[in-house]
Amino acid sequence: MASLSPNLGHRELTFADKLRGIRWDLIALITAISCAGFAALYSAANGSLQPWSERQMIRFAFAFLPMIAVALIDIRHWYRLSYWIYGIALALVVAVDLRGFVGMGAQRWIDLGVIQLQPSEVMKVALVLALARHFNALGSEEAVRLRALVLPLLLIVVPVGLVLKQPDLGTAVMLLANGAVLLFLAGVRVWVFGAGALAAAAAAPVAWSMLRGYQRSRLYTFIDPSADPLGAGYHILQSKIALGSGGLFGKGFLLGTQTHLSFLPEKQTDFIFTIIAEEFGLIGGLTLLALYTIVVAYGFAIALRSRNQFGRLLGLGLATNFFLYVFINTAMVIGLLPVVGVPLPLISYGGTAMVTVMLGFGLLMNVSIHRDVRISRLGESQLG
Amino acid sequence: MARDTQRHKLLGRRALILGVGQALLGTALVGRLYQLQVVEQSRYRVLADENRINIRLLVPPRGRIFDRFNTTLADNRQNYRVVVVPEQTSDMQATLTALASLIAVSDADIHRVLRDVKRLHPFIPVEVRSNLSWEEMSRIEVAIPELPGVSIEQGLLRNYPFGPTAAHVLGYVAAVTEKDLTGDPLLELPDFRIGKSGVEKAEDLKLRGTAGTSQVEVNAYGRVVRELARYEGQPGQDVIVAFDMAMQDFAMKRCAGETAASCVLLDAVTGDVLAMVSSPSFDPMLFTTGLTPAKWHELSTDPRNPLTDKATAGQYPPGSTFKPMVAMAALESGAITPETVINCPGYIKLGDATFHCWRAGGHGPLRLHDAIEKSCDVFFYETSRRTGIDHIAAMARRFGFGAPLGLDIPGEKGGLMPTPAWKLATTGTPWQQGETLITGIGQGSVLATPLQVATMAARLVTGRAVVPHVVRPSGLMPVGGDPHPRVFRQLGVSSSAVALVLSGMNAVVNDPGGTAYAERIADPAFAMGGKSGTSQVRRITPYEREHGLLKEDDVPWKDRDHALFVGFAPVTAPRYVCAVVVEHGGGGSSVAGPLVRDILYEVQRRDPGRRIPQPGPVAEQNKNGSPATPVNGSG
Repeated sequence: MASLSPNLGHRELTFADKLRGIRWDLIALITAISCAGFAALYSAANGSLQPWSERQMIRFAFAFLPMIAVALIDIRHWYRLSYWIYGIALALVVAVDLRGFVGMGAQRWIDLGVIQLQPSEVMKVALVLALARHFNALGSEEAVRLRALVLPLLLIVVPVGLVLKQPDLGTAVMLLANGAVLLFLAGVRVWVFGAGALAAAAAAPVAWSMLRGYQRSRLYTFIDPSADPLGAGYHILQSKIALGSGGLFGKGFLLGTQTHLSFLPEKQTDFIFTIIAEEFGLIGGLTLLALYTIVVAYGFAIALRSRNQFGRLLGLGLATNFFLYVFINTAMVIGLLPVVGVPLPLISYGGTAMVTVMLGFGLLMNVSIHRDVRISRLGESQLG
Repeated sequence: MARDTQRHKLLGRRALILGVGQALLGTALVGRLYQLQVVEQSRYRVLADENRINIRLLVPPRGRIFDRFNTTLADNRQNYRVVVVPEQTSDMQATLTALASLIAVSDADIHRVLRDVKRLHPFIPVEVRSNLSWEEMSRIEVAIPELPGVSIEQGLLRNYPFGPTAAHVLGYVAAVTEKDLTGDPLLELPDFRIGKSGVEKAEDLKLRGTAGTSQVEVNAYGRVVRELARYEGQPGQDVIVAFDMAMQDFAMKRCAGETAASCVLLDAVTGDVLAMVSSPSFDPMLFTTGLTPAKWHELSTDPRNPLTDKATAGQYPPGSTFKPMVAMAALESGAITPETVINCPGYIKLGDATFHCWRAGGHGPLRLHDAIEKSCDVFFYETSRRTGIDHIAAMARRFGFGAPLGLDIPGEKGGLMPTPAWKLATTGTPWQQGETLITGIGQGSVLATPLQVATMAARLVTGRAVVPHVVRPSGLMPVGGDPHPRVFRQLGVSSSAVALVLSGMNAVVNDPGGTAYAERIADPAFAMGGKSGTSQVRRITPYEREHGLLKEDDVPWKDRDHALFVGFAPVTAPRYVCAVVVEHGGGGSSVAGPLVRDILYEVQRRDPGRRIPQPGPVAEQNKNGSPATPVNGSG
């Protein structure tokens, strides 16, 4: 893999090198998607910056500099800090389980006074960091050994279990899927996944018994939404009506009839895609999905150009995390998946998701900037 | 390095597989969106049109009004009405014409509907007619498929079981007008009524309650498909008024014998308005259902002013009922003493002008006590001259004249207590001493409402700054009287002066020489004191005086004197005060006196200020099913 600037790999990066390495085209993409989000929130409030759009803009502005800072910090620091970050995120998740307050009928938030933090969102990035670090230290032969799987499986299963208990089905699914993807990328044999799938099938009855009533009814509803049009099936049916009536070109900005009739209590968060698809039609929806696709592809390209395994796994993990956000959210809004509560990244109203997604992009750019840095097991650089 | 290259290759392969997998999933999203938004678009378009969610307001039932013994004075009854929703009918004029062929709809109704349609949100139903009969309802129901946007709704109509008996105090409710709109969405509803006068207006926010909402799914034709969510509003709170409705009914019947009269009955100690009559009255239901222009014309042009509350807004020269104020001012300022003797030759001269006593031959020499008893005008002309207008005005104000008392229902007038400063400011001319003299007998510019005259008596008998009130914040009347009655501040006038004035007023009724001896209450336990007054509406010319052309029957009704009387009872420990004004009734003691006598006798018999009365004739007439025998305070 030829580096774009071969000499860089042989000396420490200067601050100017790093600044030049910031991917402004990626930032432009993120900003474009966020702006679509501001417009959608503006429309969700019936043509008003209050109460959502303006605050979302402020959050974007606040997260912007930290994102750049994350990109500039030496990747080896992140490598060394990976487990610490994971540990802190895990502690926060536990704290929420212990004494988070009940919001939206589910314990997902921790009140830090100034902001309300949703630790499960932080966990999504922390898990990628921890797994990338773990597998960076292993050769491909080592990664294949079953004994080497114990730690990463624990890293995945523990937060999944905690998040499921909150209960936050969407985040649990995302953590599980992203963890599996990283194991797969790290070289874990395919039959292991087959065995895992069998084990999961065997454990399904147990898991079913652990689900809350509303989670079960959502799964039922997913299978037949028209069975309960006023109860659990209401959201998804109304969402499909809004989307479908939008047609090819949509009804026009602020002119959506369905989304403005307040049929969805959470139209500004998980169901925001319906507003965009109703008002801008299939063209608008596909344009947004195309932007997301470019971002994900960008992440793949950055990851594959990295000369260290940590960077590659981190980049692919973050790109996949982003993909999972978009896919699960969109699929549930259009009735392909059960309603599990995953926000549309950069667009849904919500502070923690906005900030963690942007910090994730900071890490992705970090991978890009530090693509020629070699990282040993302990995080020292290996020049040449 | 070799190791890293190897795992990099593996990662590359697997990343490719991952990318392909994600691309496939993404394609599934695109396919699904295409299916929803292009293939099935028309189906969802129809669903979207049929799928409108409306928020409908639930009208809270208006709070009821009870008297102190839990007699229902105002409640609600069912009413069926036909409404039309503007946004659901394409041609409003045609729809209304079609409707008019089924039921009686006047041109005025059509005009009003078309006006309201412009004024209100298009989704707000506009009332076409209310009070539908069963026959009218069935005719509309059958034709409803040809009447887009028309529906029949059930509502509540304000009901006053006693009709006109307490209409001025209770007030009435009527349709909301433009200037009533405050942003409360309830006010935009077609059937909504708000209080327009009396207690209904004063306590409107309390009686009104707050709107509930019903979130309903309606189809493209506005038919409710189902209710999605419902939030019950807050029903209006009930209001308890200080009235004893039996007394109100009694007083109303007594006043109805006169052409136009008003009466105020107070509990002097608590300030409770036990009865307040303005006769003739009107039927408050007329406003609830909407007044016809003809009926409105009839009511508003009647010379007896049935729409005006004469008890609180009728302003009359108080005549001789004002003399206690002059007496108080004279004693307190030291202008005269109880022993001061003034001779009455039948007239008094001041400069070129002569002021006559009502008794042509005069009263001869007399003291204050006897002057009150006999209502000698010359004594009070001279006393006023000695006291001065400013002392008189200041004393009268302390007893409630010259400004609104602050009654808790709207529309109260303040009367007028003239002073030299007031005259200079309003007319630019200086005060004449003659004006002081005629003010001293309650004539000239001085004006007072019956409520003020009654309040004066209440303040005299208690020595406190009693303020009358209609609404009882403490609720129903408990057995044995209020445990914690409101205590008014002391007026700060000398009790010996008050005692002398009250003794004079006692003599007016109970001394054979008093002007109202004929109107005394025979039972000594219920005996009353009082003061009559006859206020001139038109000047008596010297020619008429000389030739005695003053028989009441010769004078047109509107030029006759007003008859006033204010009384208190029992005379030993006064508890109740009553003022009556009979418009153009003639002599105060002979016309107004019997009314006060009967009302004060009845109120002492019932004694509503202290105990639960026996079931009276009024309670039995209460058709509304509320308890005829008043229940106790927990009620």
